[in-house]
Amino acid sequence: MNIFLQLVANGLMLGGLFAIISIGLTLIFGIVKVVNFAHGEFLMAGMYLTWIITVGLGLHPYVTVLAVAPFLFVLGAMTQRFLIQPLLLARDDHVQIFATVGLSTALINLALLIFGADIANTPASGLRAPVQIGPVRILEGQVYIFIAAVLLVIGLQLFLSRTQTGRAIRAVAQNRAAAQLMGINVDRIYVLSFGIGAACVGLAASLVAPLYPVSSTIGTYFVLTAFVVVVLGGLGSIVGAFVGAMIIGLIDSMAGFYIGSDLREAVVFGVFLVILILKPSGLFGTRVSLSHIS
Amino acid sequence: MLTIEGIDAGYGATTILQGVSLEVKAGEVVTIVGANGAGKSTTLRTIAGLITPTAGRISFEGQDITRTAAHEVVDLGITLIPEGRQLFPDMTVRENLLMGAYRKAARAAQAETLEEVLQLFPRVRERMNQQASSLSGGEQQMVAIARGMMARPKLLMFDEPSLGLAPIIVSQVFEVIGKIAATGTTVLIVEQNVFSTLKASDRGYVLENGEIALSGAAEALLRDDHVRQAYLGI
Repeated sequence: MNIFLQLVANGLMLGGLFAIISIGLTLIFGIVKVVNFAHGEFLMAGMYLTWIITVGLGLHPYVTVLAVAPFLFVLGAMTQRFLIQPLLLARDDHVQIFATVGLSTALINLALLIFGADIANTPASGLRAPVQIGPVRILEGQVYIFIAAVLLVIGLQLFLSRTQTGRAIRAVAQNRAAAQLMGINVDRIYVLSFGIGAACVGLAASLVAPLYPVSSTIGTYFVLTAFVVVVLGGLGSIVGAFVGAMIIGLIDSMAGFYIGSDLREAVVFGVFLVILILKPSGLFGTRVSLSHIS
Repeated sequence: MLTIEGIDAGYGATTILQGVSLEVKAGEVVTIVGANGAGKSTTLRTIAGLITPTAGRISFEGQDITRTAAHEVVDLGITLIPEGRQLFPDMTVRENLLMGAYRKAARAAQAETLEEVLQLFPRVRERMNQQASSLSGGEQQMVAIARGMMARPKLLMFDEPSLGLAPIIVSQVFEVIGKIAATGTTVLIVEQNVFSTLKASDRGYVLENGEIALSGAAEALLRDDHVRQAYLGI
């Protein structure tokens, strides 16, 4: 029984990690309708920045979020303004997808050029120490990631439903043309939303860096799971991404113990395929196509 | 108030409007009638800034708005209630109405405006916390009109407000448009329902194949032989 509880705890902690990485991705897709293939590289850039500030200034890694999140906000906003927006006039939507793939490759190689191929370890500052909670042991840093993921989901929901800007963002996501007729500057909302989505992954970067060493390819490692989580939860749904992350985290944890750690990913993707066949729009998928009516 | 001089406009390489000129004076109710595909909606969408004309000039209260972006046109006081209602489906009715008051000049007074608007639409008041997508077509049209009013526009434009609605709802829609006009708001309507619209209007323009074929006082148009044959089937 204790082993089972430990596996559940591990699964939820892993879910928290997947959630905090995935939320920005689903946010950007839900509003801007662009799948940002450079999302993992945004995480990588944030983790490197966390590492630089932590090592350089001797600060606690969590303090770096004050610099990392704004940096990522600017990176995301600039990506939308100078890369995606000029391509909105292109006849084919897929051009934007290729642009973000190109950005991803460019960022990986830029990181290789600057930091080399070695991994960089952010000081753990005690965050890798296990804590005993009832019958289970988990890492302190994992607990904070989980809490941060929950708070991020709640915070974003409040922002989107209670503020004028948040409602404008939802309006643009649901009916772009009608939003323009309300006097909303749609281009500005897109830039803002891409920035917010990137800032979310900046928060993730500062929290993840003390637990995982960063390298130029760390983004690829995490983002594949993030895509699974986002599609499973329903593209564009923040709550869906959170629930999807928990499901994937739990499956990963259980499969690793009961089936074999080699087959973890096979089981995760197997379940993913089954859910997609049964419910292609994802668990919390709304009528995504509605947002395209103009 | 609104002056359009010789505009050409369309979608991509397709030109729909050719040299369209029209005028709307403050306080008037003006109608553009015409067959399906004549360019009525294109005219309104061009005024609203969703389409940029390739020739001609549009001015509003003396200001050139020919190339003004759609969201800035709203700020100047022109609101378009689009064809097919175009509500925000996953928002509540209340949220839809609040989005209507996004215009800077309307934000401060949004609570008062909401109260005024709801007096006109008692049914909408009952539905305030429902998702917009759960409403019937007639209710959605009422919300769309109410949302347009929330911007406190100087010029309110209606694109086919009666399209796809049951006859009893259609008469309610025209009743509401009459009440809006009575408050002094300038109104420009595009409709296929020629008789009811001209009845409710001061002046009208007949648009045929992207050009103004006829214009005049609404009563005169209702008596015009060409209008009676082509649009009223008399």
